[in-house]
Amino acid sequence: MFDIKSVYEASSVSDAVNHLKQDEDAIVVCGGTDVLIRVREGKDAGKALVSVHNLAEIKGITMDSNENIIIGAGTCFYNITNNDIIKANLLSLGEACDTVGGPQIRQTGTIGGNICNGATSADSASTMRALDAEIVCVGPNGERTVPISEWYTGPGKTVRDRCEVVTKFIIKKENYKGYFGYYSKYGKRNAMEIATLGCSVLVKLSGDKSTIEDVKIAYGVAAPVPSRAPSAESFAKGKSISDENMYIEFGKKALSDMNPRDSWRASKEFREQLIKELATRSLKEAVRRAGGKI
Amino acid sequence: MDYVGKSHIRVDAYGKVTGKAKYTADLCPKNALVAKVLHSTIANGEVVDIDISEAKKVPGVVGVFTCFDVPDIEFPTAGHPYNLDPSHLDPADRKLLNKRVRLYGDDVAAVVAEDEVAAVQALKKIKVTYNEFKPYVTARASMQDEAPVLHPNISKSNCFSHISFKSSNDFNYDEAKKKAIEKYGEDNLVEVCANIKTPLISHCHIELPVSYAYVDTNGKVTVVSSTQIPHICRRVVAHALGLPWGKVRVIKPYIGGGFGNKQDVLYEPLCAWLSTQVGGRPVFLEISREETIVGTRTRHPMDGDVRGLITKDGKYVARELVNYVQNGGYAGHGASITAKCTGIFKNIYKDELGVNSEAYTVYTNAPTSAAMRAYGVPQACSFSEFLTDDLCFKAGLDPVKFRLENCADENSITGDQKFYTYGLKKCIEEGAKHIKWDEKRKAYQNQTGNIRRGVGMGIFIYQTAVWPISEEISAIRMVLNQDGSIQVQSGATEIGQGADTVWTQMSAEATGISFDKIYVMSTQDTDLTPFDFGAFGSRQSYVVGFAIKTCGELLKKKIIDRAVDLELTKGKKADELDIKNNNVVDKSGATVVSVGDVAMNSLYSQTKAEHIVAECTKQTLTNTFASGCTFVDIEVDMALGKIKINDIINVHDSGTVLNPALASAQVHGGMSMSLGYGLSEELLIDEKTGKPLNDNLLDYKIPTAMDAPDYSVAFIDMKDPTGGFGNKALGEPPAITASAAIRNAVLNATGVSFYQLPLTSQRLVAGFKEKGLID
Repeated sequence: MFDIKSVYEASSVSDAVNHLKQDEDAIVVCGGTDVLIRVREGKDAGKALVSVHNLAEIKGITMDSNENIIIGAGTCFYNITNNDIIKANLLSLGEACDTVGGPQIRQTGTIGGNICNGATSADSASTMRALDAEIVCVGPNGERTVPISEWYTGPGKTVRDRCEVVTKFIIKKENYKGYFGYYSKYGKRNAMEIATLGCSVLVKLSGDKSTIEDVKIAYGVAAPVPSRAPSAESFAKGKSISDENMYIEFGKKALSDMNPRDSWRASKEFREQLIKELATRSLKEAVRRAGGKI
Repeated sequence: MDYVGKSHIRVDAYGKVTGKAKYTADLCPKNALVAKVLHSTIANGEVVDIDISEAKKVPGVVGVFTCFDVPDIEFPTAGHPYNLDPSHLDPADRKLLNKRVRLYGDDVAAVVAEDEVAAVQALKKIKVTYNEFKPYVTARASMQDEAPVLHPNISKSNCFSHISFKSSNDFNYDEAKKKAIEKYGEDNLVEVCANIKTPLISHCHIELPVSYAYVDTNGKVTVVSSTQIPHICRRVVAHALGLPWGKVRVIKPYIGGGFGNKQDVLYEPLCAWLSTQVGGRPVFLEISREETIVGTRTRHPMDGDVRGLITKDGKYVARELVNYVQNGGYAGHGASITAKCTGIFKNIYKDELGVNSEAYTVYTNAPTSAAMRAYGVPQACSFSEFLTDDLCFKAGLDPVKFRLENCADENSITGDQKFYTYGLKKCIEEGAKHIKWDEKRKAYQNQTGNIRRGVGMGIFIYQTAVWPISEEISAIRMVLNQDGSIQVQSGATEIGQGADTVWTQMSAEATGISFDKIYVMSTQDTDLTPFDFGAFGSRQSYVVGFAIKTCGELLKKKIIDRAVDLELTKGKKADELDIKNNNVVDKSGATVVSVGDVAMNSLYSQTKAEHIVAECTKQTLTNTFASGCTFVDIEVDMALGKIKINDIINVHDSGTVLNPALASAQVHGGMSMSLGYGLSEELLIDEKTGKPLNDNLLDYKIPTAMDAPDYSVAFIDMKDPTGGFGNKALGEPPAITASAAIRNAVLNATGVSFYQLPLTSQRLVAGFKEKGLID
């Protein structure tokens, strides 16, 4: 039995925003896989839930005339993984979504919730960060677009106002076209797992597939918020893909950008090992996917 | 045998798969009140004051009860058989709610409300004032003089038990070592000394501990509970409430797992007492997963110093274990789990000069440890198997050959518990063959690179039931229906292991009435079902088997005698008749009369009517050892500290296999538990505060289906002369050796010895770094 003040099923995004505004205890819920856990734990006990779960306007994946990809915030992980646009263009994002929790969670939990939850461990977050996704929110003052680099403000915290509803994500053509990605989730088990470390790499090779033209690497759990490793990115640009040491050096450079914490979940030393090792392995996999012969 | 030994489908399979089967929570009356427990937020100290005034104001709250309100009765919780010798009784060391707080999450107050939300809201408004002491979490810490004594009425110090099992009274490891040096010379000996630590783990049964209680119209305090031990539960509830035993009735419906956690009487007494405080209305008390992990029972973490000495040509000379056992805040099963661990370590190998197996069991400010599947033996086999493989590694000996030479044999264990049939060496040979041991040991030499492969093994021995440590008794009642079918009633419990199915097979075997005409009553009800202690100690199939066999033969005799008496046997006498496939048959096997006809004629005779029932009690006065092993082939990714299992097999010497399909499933489940024990499961307690860090199933890493490799299982099927149906222990043994085998495979793969379970990636990476195997 959950301690919930009320549940309101919104008829549209603006209806949801209105209801959020009317009640200070109101919070938005979509899949509920994070919100209901917080209610059960007592952190959000007694809240009035405003549900956007049934809103078709925030579900689905489309490509616009400029070849930008639009992902509805209410799209569940399962539907992202199995979408043809995603499979053809953002394979590693689909794969990242397929590592969340278990089958039931992936049928219910949404990418919007994953990003709004603000967790550094969110499985879709590091790939969205590598893709430089843009986040569209609707609130009492209308619509605004926030680049993901400005989204997170701390562990579990984002710039989203309580009364704002995230409606969609935009992945710009220039941020995915020609890139091949790979997401490594390091968990202590193979399912029902929160990442100990997530590492997402996107790589674009030169025309002859011998050198790295561009690379983006983003981590979850290596820092309080999903973070890019700029030194690793600038180091690898223009480097030959056949140099084994380059991959190892890439990992070391990535580590120099991160400052992981020491906790009972994992020691700092172990996290550092993972940061290096996953960068090396993810880059290799991404290069292979891009057609590079290592 | 016609029915035993066949893979009959579980009698409860369809009911459970379709959701038709009713569990405790399904049966609770809709109008039941809901109880919630307030737990301490300190690990060591005393409750000075509790302010419940605000809590009582919450709408829907019926009553708030604190540690100052409960009866002044301390009671034991262990699901052990009662003992007429007071010195053999379990420590009575807790009240329904406790003023003296001994662990983080101790029970200090309870709320009864109209619904769960009101109860939880009220809990938040209870204000507790504590006098707080520093917590002492581990056994070694809690043994220090400065640590406050947690149970002065039970023991003057926190160490409430010290035992030492020796090969002979005068054995001393250091003396033995001196003798060995004289005999063999130092150069011909290899010694290993190590400190080995095993983790605190949770049972993780799916159904949480749940009960509801009410006072029935006849005045009986009635508790419906998910318990493994209904008859013992009745005794403990009566004790805790200060009632005569007959005034309490316990009913046990289907159970969603227990693994030993429900072999303690956990919240049933509190639930029953709360009902008596609200006018006998039904009160429902289900605790959460978090409360279950911290506040019920766990597997004992053990911290053992081991020493072992062998000759270079492969003979065990001497061993020693000095074990510090963290028992947590309450006694639970007292020192009996330590004792089992200590005994198994002593007996699992033969030592030329002897062995000392010694242990300290200590109250600490940590979750209480008590029974968990295999009762101290996964720890014993961690000690024995890590040590043995380290010795073999150091001496350059083959672990299989070494074990075949040195492991317990048919005559090495003497006394009341011994091998009546012996299959351990056959198990080892079978396991080695399956895993292709010799071939792989050769192939895995001199590996380089980040990925390394290895094979490993571990062995165990395990008693069947608990005689003579405790009494063993089981009673069975069989009731004949008019159509020739029967009800079988037992106090022994189906807890998911398949007991009802196996009782059906045994009853068919013993009576001659076919499987489909036997209805085993799954519900135990202390007012209705005959006496039995319940599910624990790998005892039921053994002990109940004797009772079913005897009762079945008695019923058969009664049916035949009645048939003769009623002149239904065409002049044939009882000694010429038998029952086969629902008919009374003659020596040639020809049908004389059906059992159904005998039942009808007996029950409806105008002058000689009789209801045919049989009931018997069997006491068991033997205990036969089962044994077995795990073999595993693994791959280690050193840079990530990941272990992949390529192949794993358990081989069991468990006597006659009663139902091969169910037996294999039992072994799969046990192997999966041992895998979690070896690789990922560990309840972490902050030693500064005593606070649990990962008390939920996200942070506590029980393996998922995606982590499970394919499990192979083999049995050395050998009829044991003592068992009712030739069977020996199989319930617990599957959970013992996979963890040790994996640890030993890591040693084979990498040359690195690990001494702490579980082998988490972090521990592996740190170990490989220390040895320079990774950067």
